Amino acid sequence: MQRKKECVAMLLAGGQGSRLYALTNNIAKPAVAFGAKYRIIDFPLSNCVNSGIDTVGVLTQYEPLELNEYIGNGQPWDLDRIFGGVHILPPYQAKKRSSWYEGTANAIFQNMSFMKKYNPDYVLILSGDHIYKMNYAGMLRAHAESGAACTIAAIEVPLKEASRFGILNVREDGSIYQFEEKPKVPKSNLASMGIYVFTADKLYKYLEEDDQNPDSSKDFGKDVLPTMLNAGEKMMSYRFEGYWKDVGTISALWESNMDLLGTDPTFDVGDPTWKIHSRNPLAPPEYISDTGEVDNSMIALGCEISGKVKHSVLSSNVVVEKGATVTDSVIMSGTVIKSGAKVCYSVIDENVTVGKKACIGADKDDASGITVLGRNIAVADGARVESGKIIDKDYKGE
Amino acid sequence: MARSAVGVVFCNIQDKNIPELSALRSIASVPFAGRYRLIDFALSNLVNAGITTVGIVTKNNYQSLIDHIGSGKEWDLARKDGGIILLPPYSNETDAPYTNRLEALKGITVFLRHRNEDYVVLYDGDAVARLDVADVIRFHEESRADITMVYHESVGVESHYYMTLDTDRSNRVKAIRINPKLGDKKVKMYMSVMVIQREYLMNIIQNAVQSGFSSFGRDILSKNLDTMKIYGYKFDGYYTGMASLPTYFKANMDMLNKDVRNELFGARDIYTKVRDSAPSKYIEGAVVKNSLISDGCTIEGTVENSILFRGVKIGKGSVVRNSVLMQETVIGSGVKLDCVITDKNVVIRDRRHLSGCEELPYFVAKGKML
Repeated sequence: MQRKKECVAMLLAGGQGSRLYALTNNIAKPAVAFGAKYRIIDFPLSNCVNSGIDTVGVLTQYEPLELNEYIGNGQPWDLDRIFGGVHILPPYQAKKRSSWYEGTANAIFQNMSFMKKYNPDYVLILSGDHIYKMNYAGMLRAHAESGAACTIAAIEVPLKEASRFGILNVREDGSIYQFEEKPKVPKSNLASMGIYVFTADKLYKYLEEDDQNPDSSKDFGKDVLPTMLNAGEKMMSYRFEGYWKDVGTISALWESNMDLLGTDPTFDVGDPTWKIHSRNPLAPPEYISDTGEVDNSMIALGCEISGKVKHSVLSSNVVVEKGATVTDSVIMSGTVIKSGAKVCYSVIDENVTVGKKACIGADKDDASGITVLGRNIAVADGARVESGKIIDKDYKGE
Repeated sequence: MARSAVGVVFCNIQDKNIPELSALRSIASVPFAGRYRLIDFALSNLVNAGITTVGIVTKNNYQSLIDHIGSGKEWDLARKDGGIILLPPYSNETDAPYTNRLEALKGITVFLRHRNEDYVVLYDGDAVARLDVADVIRFHEESRADITMVYHESVGVESHYYMTLDTDRSNRVKAIRINPKLGDKKVKMYMSVMVIQREYLMNIIQNAVQSGFSSFGRDILSKNLDTMKIYGYKFDGYYTGMASLPTYFKANMDMLNKDVRNELFGARDIYTKVRDSAPSKYIEGAVVKNSLISDGCTIEGTVENSILFRGVKIGKGSVVRNSVLMQETVIGSGVKLDCVITDKNVVIRDRRHLSGCEELPYFVAKGKML
């Protein structure tokens, strides 16, 4: 008897995330650091494992090096399995064709043989762009019970923001009668979360048809889903009520980090019943010195804090020297804030050196925007980086 | 890189020194410095010397040890060839489990016989140090020693069983003293780390068994200094063994010293088991000074000169000074602690005041609620 999996997850992780600017110069968006010790991809991967899904294909394309290394053999998520587990799926050269992934649907289409190897009943399509905790098992059950060809996770968004999303227009029973991709005048505020469950045979059929269609842009939202609806397939929405954030912009990434703070946080990563797994840093506990002050912040292992940190999120091995202040900021691992430096309302990537008495950004209330420093750069002693600037090279001031 | 050596870590042999902490676990698995267990130093030092096979000699209470070590993957010791090899005590109707090091060694002769490495590094699991084991083996080879004993020059602390060495100018060991009185003068404290040829060790064990000896130190090492070439290797870095509860307390406090911390952890090569705790949260109004805070903590009160392990909660208005709070300790609000050690899962209710002193820290046993 052929072994099988009830559900295989396919995680689209090839996006560039161009609206994160300097943060994704050399890494794929799902590999961007989040919440002091995580990377964005930890959330969908942990959701899979916590939902009982142990077979995940991760489709990579843009700058995959760091993402590949991070995922490794999948052990941090218990995804190093004899049958199943996590598999990195880059574009490849085939006998008849070889091409980059041309769209979300094409990426999945090119990995048909991966999915079929597990003979799944259902395929779960995920993206590596969102911060959320979701039990996919509930969605799978709803999908199976409804007998739909496809079920799409949906969340209510504020009506004024609805035109940024793919909007689902649904009947009372949750079945979908219309898709509107980023409508100017939305009919509803029910947005697609980019999470789809397909009955496997239906997915294969429509992907093959889509591949043959020269007019298709090979995208799920624009092409495959509308085609299925027009063909009369039963398509259901699955309501999700909880925290869900697309961290595709600098400000969304910043906000989502800040949502972790406080005793009763908007988003709790410390929930023991839904652990977020990650590759842990090899570092001793963080050290707060006699001169250190940490207020309303999240600090990861290996940090050495001798300055003031307020309302900020610091990843592992960050050093804040004496007399330096960090306020309303997200600092990623290995960055050093030298003595007397002032960092306000900024996102600073990994392994940055902020020189002595340098000044990054401005107070949140006066700032023109979030200041961003890209990875592996140095800001000279005394240099001043204006608020809202994005710097991705060594900076000596103007 | 060490040529062909196998490690053997003794996990229970110093249990008697800290009964408070080893009542429920082997001394090697006593939590230390916020996120480690003592054995992490032995394992990491061996692995960092290129050793890929480590025998773990256990005796009793080893559930937490086995839970910690798992497959050995955290130390890169989940291997097809070698890796972590658990060596629980051998006993049957006539033989009880070992009571001393010699019997423990006798119990692992099958393990030693089946290896093919040239050397064995015998290592006590409670030694806190970042020791370059490869350099000890190099020294051992260069001095053509039969046995190399690693020592640390310090005032030393008396415990149930310890040795001091006398060495000559060529580092040859001239005398081994067992449990001598220690004054305030520096002595050459044996760190319970030894390099020895594997076959030589097997011969020693066999002869000792035939002669009915019972003590490795007393009957074998100290009595045969003329015939055995025993050399001392001087270790100059930070070292502490676990002689008593105050020693354990002081060792934790030593980690607040920047130089000690940098020496042990600066290279980020002391490995330990990870647990996927969330990063620690400092709530508005929290005050933290001169402290090590592990992940998963939530701090609303004041913490000074202290070590907080994973998942510790400090309530509002509480003041924790000079204390070591192990995993999942929950401190209510308005609590005052000074020189306190709490074992895992302790709950201190609102407005309790507890204090000890450096010589006698106030100890709260695992799972207690006060």
